[in-house]
Amino acid sequence: MKTKNNDTILLGHGSGGKLSHELIDKVFVKQFNNSILSVQTDSAILTVGQSELAFTTDSFVVDPIFFPGGNIGKLAVCGTVNDLAVSGASPLFISSAFIIEEGFSMDALVEISETMAVEAKKAGIEIVTGDTKVVNRGKCDKVFINTSGIGLLNKKHLDISTGENISIGDKIIVNGSIGDHGMAILSARNELNLKANIESDCACLNHLIKDALEVSDEIKFMRDATRGGIATVLSELVKGKNYGLEIFEELVFVNENVRGICEMLGFDPFYVANEGKIIMVVGKNDADKVLAQMKKNQFGKDAAIIGEIIDKHHGKGWINTEIGGKRIIDMLSGEQLPRIC
Amino acid sequence: MKYIDEYRDKEIVKRIVANINKISKKDISLMEVCGGHTMAIHKFGIPSLLPENIKLLSGPGCPVCVSSRKFIDQAIAYSRLNDTIIATYGDLIRVPGSTSSLNKEKAKGADIRIVYSVLDAISMAQNNPEKKLIFLGIGFETTAPSSAVAIFNANKLNLKNFSLFSSHKVMPPAMKALINEGVKIDGYIAPGHVSTITGAGIYKDIAEKYKAACVIAGFEPVDLLQSIYMLVKQIETNDYKVEIEYKRVVKPEGNLKAQEMLEEIFYLRDDWWRGLGILSKSGLGIREKYARFDAEKVYDVEVEETREDKGCICGEILKGLKTPNDCKLFGKACTPGDPVGACMVSNEGSCYAYYRYKA
Repeated sequence: MKTKNNDTILLGHGSGGKLSHELIDKVFVKQFNNSILSVQTDSAILTVGQSELAFTTDSFVVDPIFFPGGNIGKLAVCGTVNDLAVSGASPLFISSAFIIEEGFSMDALVEISETMAVEAKKAGIEIVTGDTKVVNRGKCDKVFINTSGIGLLNKKHLDISTGENISIGDKIIVNGSIGDHGMAILSARNELNLKANIESDCACLNHLIKDALEVSDEIKFMRDATRGGIATVLSELVKGKNYGLEIFEELVFVNENVRGICEMLGFDPFYVANEGKIIMVVGKNDADKVLAQMKKNQFGKDAAIIGEIIDKHHGKGWINTEIGGKRIIDMLSGEQLPRIC
Repeated sequence: MKYIDEYRDKEIVKRIVANINKISKKDISLMEVCGGHTMAIHKFGIPSLLPENIKLLSGPGCPVCVSSRKFIDQAIAYSRLNDTIIATYGDLIRVPGSTSSLNKEKAKGADIRIVYSVLDAISMAQNNPEKKLIFLGIGFETTAPSSAVAIFNANKLNLKNFSLFSSHKVMPPAMKALINEGVKIDGYIAPGHVSTITGAGIYKDIAEKYKAACVIAGFEPVDLLQSIYMLVKQIETNDYKVEIEYKRVVKPEGNLKAQEMLEEIFYLRDDWWRGLGILSKSGLGIREKYARFDAEKVYDVEVEETREDKGCICGEILKGLKTPNDCKLFGKACTPGDPVGACMVSNEGSCYAYYRYKA
């Protein structure tokens, strides 16, 4: 590949936003080119014998490694479990690979592993293989974790990851408040001297998703709204499609303390990272039923229908603002907060 | 949330919009000259609520946008000095210079750190005595006082390794220059935070001599719409004056202590503005008395020849003569991920606000 003179990797290339997408398209997809990868869904969908498997991988470099509501280990389990679950698969097994900086505290490592074990048990999965590397002091920051996972996919859920059955009138659901993880990490970094009392929403959502899939065959798309926030997922959802979507800002729940920090620092909660939130697109006749089912789960108690797929503004997402105005939704560009997960 | 929700009340918004519709007859252009206003106007979708005869223009209110490319090039040159930390507000690191950007220098190994306050840069200087710390001072009367306090404190602490590279500017010369250049501006949505420091007096000329309506506005939708209503009223009745809508924060006389601090540290010098060129007494230079904290005096660096991008119409956009949609680079060669012009970098820039909220 030809690059511009002196091109280097910028932090924005890892942000999950526009620069990341460009990098993935222009470098990785181009080089690794195959039909499974090029779909670019949260998990690769593999046909093995008579079964369909979902397979995914994710690396975690969050700073700080311990934060209100979780730690890097919890993120590593939940992140991979959620990537499998939003593909419509039942997560079964995950791996965990550690890159550890020389001098890292053994107690901290034990605590992280304990958390991972607890989360795995809650999610009903097993951590079945792993790897450990230690690098010289200063060559990585404390600890980085990679997890990969596989799950079993029911054939009737094959189209969920691509969302190809989405149609006009479908409802858009989010399972609770947005922006908690990003603002929890930001306030846990002591750079700002903020005491905000915000907990990350980091959680494994596979049970919530399984319950929803059990009550409806009309769940047409799911994605976890991590880096780039729900705005990035919503914008990708309609990009290049012959439908648009509209969201009603007042229906989107933002915790007061998250809103406070966002107002103060100029962040838009729609673009702030979550680690326990999914965007779900459900056929309009089933939306209320799915919503009621989700509300029974602790990770869905604040779930809400926030908008719908419309036959206007094709390819674009619109927000009806809380004051009755209109504005567009775009993908996050460049870095908003590095090392958020 | 208290002090916010009451200013975002849908019913109040509806009522003000109805009142605007009732009294607005003339075709008018109103300009906001504060990036915070630009962002709020687009984030809340305010243009979609106004009658067609009211046009909102974005003026030179984003500090990153009006700063010269030479300022960025010089900051890049400083970042290449040995044992140097550049401390800056976040936006600046993505602004393209002539051949590089601070972001790219950072990726190549320069020590460039984002701070949220210049006072963090002071502690950074104290904690790294073996390094030179250069803070990039950017912004209008809003951020200039904290830069002044930083220099004042650095002097008291006798810090040997702290200096500030000033691109600080003051707003009124630009507001006058726009009208002098013939841009049709019937009224200014005057900047709330700038006015908190300066008071209302600085706009007196603009209302009285230049016959432009002037309302100092807050940043919530109700503030903005109420200010637009007040502007329309002034214009429809030909009664041009300076009014304060943002009374809960702005006092007519401003913040006297901050004004004193500005006077102590800075003097007014001629400065270059993107789109407007050199404006007399529009920039803040550091007084001779504090020269040892003035990066321009302390460090001698070679700065590359400034190269402006062809096709970028940031200048005309900043003057309100064109909108981002008129630019052939907008959304194609120039995006927030890979900006050509500074207006696409800062989240207070018009192009950025258009791109994100209004394309």
